Amino acid sequence: MRLLSSRRRHPAAKALLLVAGLFLMGALYSVIAPPAHVLAETGNSQQIAEGKALFAVGCASCHGLNGEGQVEGTIQGPPLAGVGAAAVDFQVSSGRMPMSRPEQQAPVKPNEYSEEEVAALAAYVASLGPGPAIPEPAAYDTANLSAEDLARGGELFRTNCSACHNFEGAGGALPNGKYAPPLIGLDNKRIYEAMITGPQQMPVFDDEVVTPEDKRAIIGYLQALHEQPTNGGLALGGVGPVSEGLWAWIIGLGGLIFFAMWITTRGVKAK
Amino acid sequence: MTEDSSHHQPGSELATVEERYPVPDPGLEPHLPRLTDVDEKAANRATRQVATFFGLVPILCIGFVVVYFAVPGDVWVDFGPLRANGRNLLLGLTFGLALLFLGVGAVQWARKLMDDQEKIDYRHSAASSDASKNYMLTELDKVVDETKLTRRKVIGRSLLAALATILLPMIVGLADLGPWPTKKKRAETIERTIWAPGVRVVNDITFEPIKPEDIEIGQLINAEPANLEELEGAEFQIEKAKAAAIVVRMDPNTITIPPTRQGWNIGGILCYSKICTHVGCPISLWEQQTHHLLCPCHQSTFDLGDAGKVVFGPAARPLPQLPVMLDAEGYIVAQRDFLVPPGPSYFERDSRNDSP
Repeated sequence: MRLLSSRRRHPAAKALLLVAGLFLMGALYSVIAPPAHVLAETGNSQQIAEGKALFAVGCASCHGLNGEGQVEGTIQGPPLAGVGAAAVDFQVSSGRMPMSRPEQQAPVKPNEYSEEEVAALAAYVASLGPGPAIPEPAAYDTANLSAEDLARGGELFRTNCSACHNFEGAGGALPNGKYAPPLIGLDNKRIYEAMITGPQQMPVFDDEVVTPEDKRAIIGYLQALHEQPTNGGLALGGVGPVSEGLWAWIIGLGGLIFFAMWITTRGVKAK
Repeated sequence: MTEDSSHHQPGSELATVEERYPVPDPGLEPHLPRLTDVDEKAANRATRQVATFFGLVPILCIGFVVVYFAVPGDVWVDFGPLRANGRNLLLGLTFGLALLFLGVGAVQWARKLMDDQEKIDYRHSAASSDASKNYMLTELDKVVDETKLTRRKVIGRSLLAALATILLPMIVGLADLGPWPTKKKRAETIERTIWAPGVRVVNDITFEPIKPEDIEIGQLINAEPANLEELEGAEFQIEKAKAAAIVVRMDPNTITIPPTRQGWNIGGILCYSKICTHVGCPISLWEQQTHHLLCPCHQSTFDLGDAGKVVFGPAARPLPQLPVMLDAEGYIVAQRDFLVPPGPSYFERDSRNDSP
C-alpha cells in the first residue's frame, strides 16, 4: 500500500485510475447485464453476416443478392423477406434448397450445410423481414400426449392434411408433376415448420388457426400411426380396399392366369 | 384328312358350309401318344409325382392342425420392413400349399396319365319330343284337377287377391327411398345449407372462430358454420356435408374478382364451398402458389383466384362462393347462405346463376 500511496501524485496516476475505473465498470456490467442472445432466429450481427456470405454463394442466383427474388426469366426464385427463419430451416435442412436446377418442385436431397450454416442462413433471411421463427422443441414435443389428443390429432389430420398427404401421410400426386411428399419418418420439427411456413404449394396453417396444441396432436398422431407395425404385409398407403383389391386382382389373379397358361403351353406329347 | 373329319354331315349342307367358309374345316388333329403312353418308365415316374403331391397334402393338413394349437398368437416374423404374425403365416403356408399340391397333383394326373383321346359329342335338338310334351300337358291337367281349383273357384280368386296385395307393403316401402323431390322439398333440403347472415365461419373440428389477422397469405382453413356445433347425429352429418367450406387468403393483387362479387371477400380472404360440383367429393387440395384447388376423385381443378372457375376436369360448374364479412367483434361471418346449391348436379337444378 505504501507503494501506491507514495506514487499517488505521479503524472500517470489519473490516467491509470480512469482506466481502472472503466475496467471495473465494464466488469460489473458484464456480470449484471443479461447475456446476449445467440439463438439462430434472433441472431447477432456476426451470424447474420456469415449468413449473408453463405446466401450470396448458395441462394442469390435465384433469390437475388439481397433476397429480393427474381420473378422473370428462366431462373426464378420468390422474394424471401418475411418467409422467416422456420422456412429457411425447413427448406435447407431437408436439402430442398438450394435447388440443383429449376423444377416443378424442389426434391428432398442430402443437405450440404452444417447446422451452424443453416442457422446463419436462417438468421440472415429472418433479418430481411418478420416471419415465423424456428419453433422451440417444446412446441413439437409429442411425448406427453394422451390417447384423446392423438385421436383429435387424427381428426385434424384427416380434415386438414389428408387431402394431399393421404390418410396415413403416405403422400400423393398434385397437378403438373408436383406432389405432396410422404410424411413417414420425418422430424417433428420439420412437420411443424412445414405447417407454419407453407412450403411450395402447401397452404399455410399458422398458429392462430391451427393452434400449437393442435399441431402437436397432429404430429403425435402421425408418429403414433407410423410406429404401428404393418401387420400382414404392405400397407399400400392405407387407402383401403380399392388398392388392396387391385393388387389381389392384378398380382394374385393375374399370376394364376399365367400359371394356367403355362400349364397348357408345356406339351406332354411324345413327339 | 383322316377319318376324324367324318363328323361333317353328308349331303348338301356340307356344300353350303364350304361355300360360306372357303377354307374347309380341318377337323381334329391326329392323336399323338404322350411319352407316358409309350414309355412305361415315364408313366411310373408320373405316377410317383402325382402320388407324392397327393401324399404331401395330409402332412400339410396335419401341420395346419398342429400349428393351430401349438403356435402362440403373439409370435411375429419380420421380413425387412414388413411384419407378419407367425401363426397366421404358418397356417397360410400349410393350408395354402396343401391346396396347391392337391391342384398340381390333379393337373399332373390329368395331363400325363388320364386317357387323353379327344372324343366328339354332337349337339342334339333342345326341344322335347312330342311324346314328352303331351305327357307333361296331361300331367298338368291332372294336377289342376287334383287341386279342385276348377270346381272351387273362390280359392283361386282369393289367392290371386292375396298375392296381389302382398306386393303392396313392398311397393309402399319404397317410399323410404326418400321424399319425392318436389320443388318445395328441394328448396328445404339440397338447395339450402345452415349458412345464414351473421353465422360465424369457424375451424372444422375445433370450432374456433377466425379473425382475418390470423390468416396469412397462402393459408387454407377447412371451415364449417358455427351453428353446426348445435346439431347432432344424422342431422349433423347431413348439414356438415352440405355446408363444408374452405377459407383461403390470397394476395389481392394476384387474383381476379368479378364486379358482381366485389363485396364478397375481406382483403383477399375468400370462402368457397368445399364440395366438388362434379360428384360431390370434399376438396381441400389447394396449391397456394397457383391458387388451384384440385379434386382428388376425378381431377377437376378450380381456380380460387378467379371466382372458382373450372380450369380442368369433368366438373361443369364453378365452385359456389360464400360471401363473407366481419361481425362487430372482428370475426369472419357469412353474409348469407350460398346463392346457388353447393354440391353435385341433379336433374332439376337451376344452373343459370352459377357463373358470376
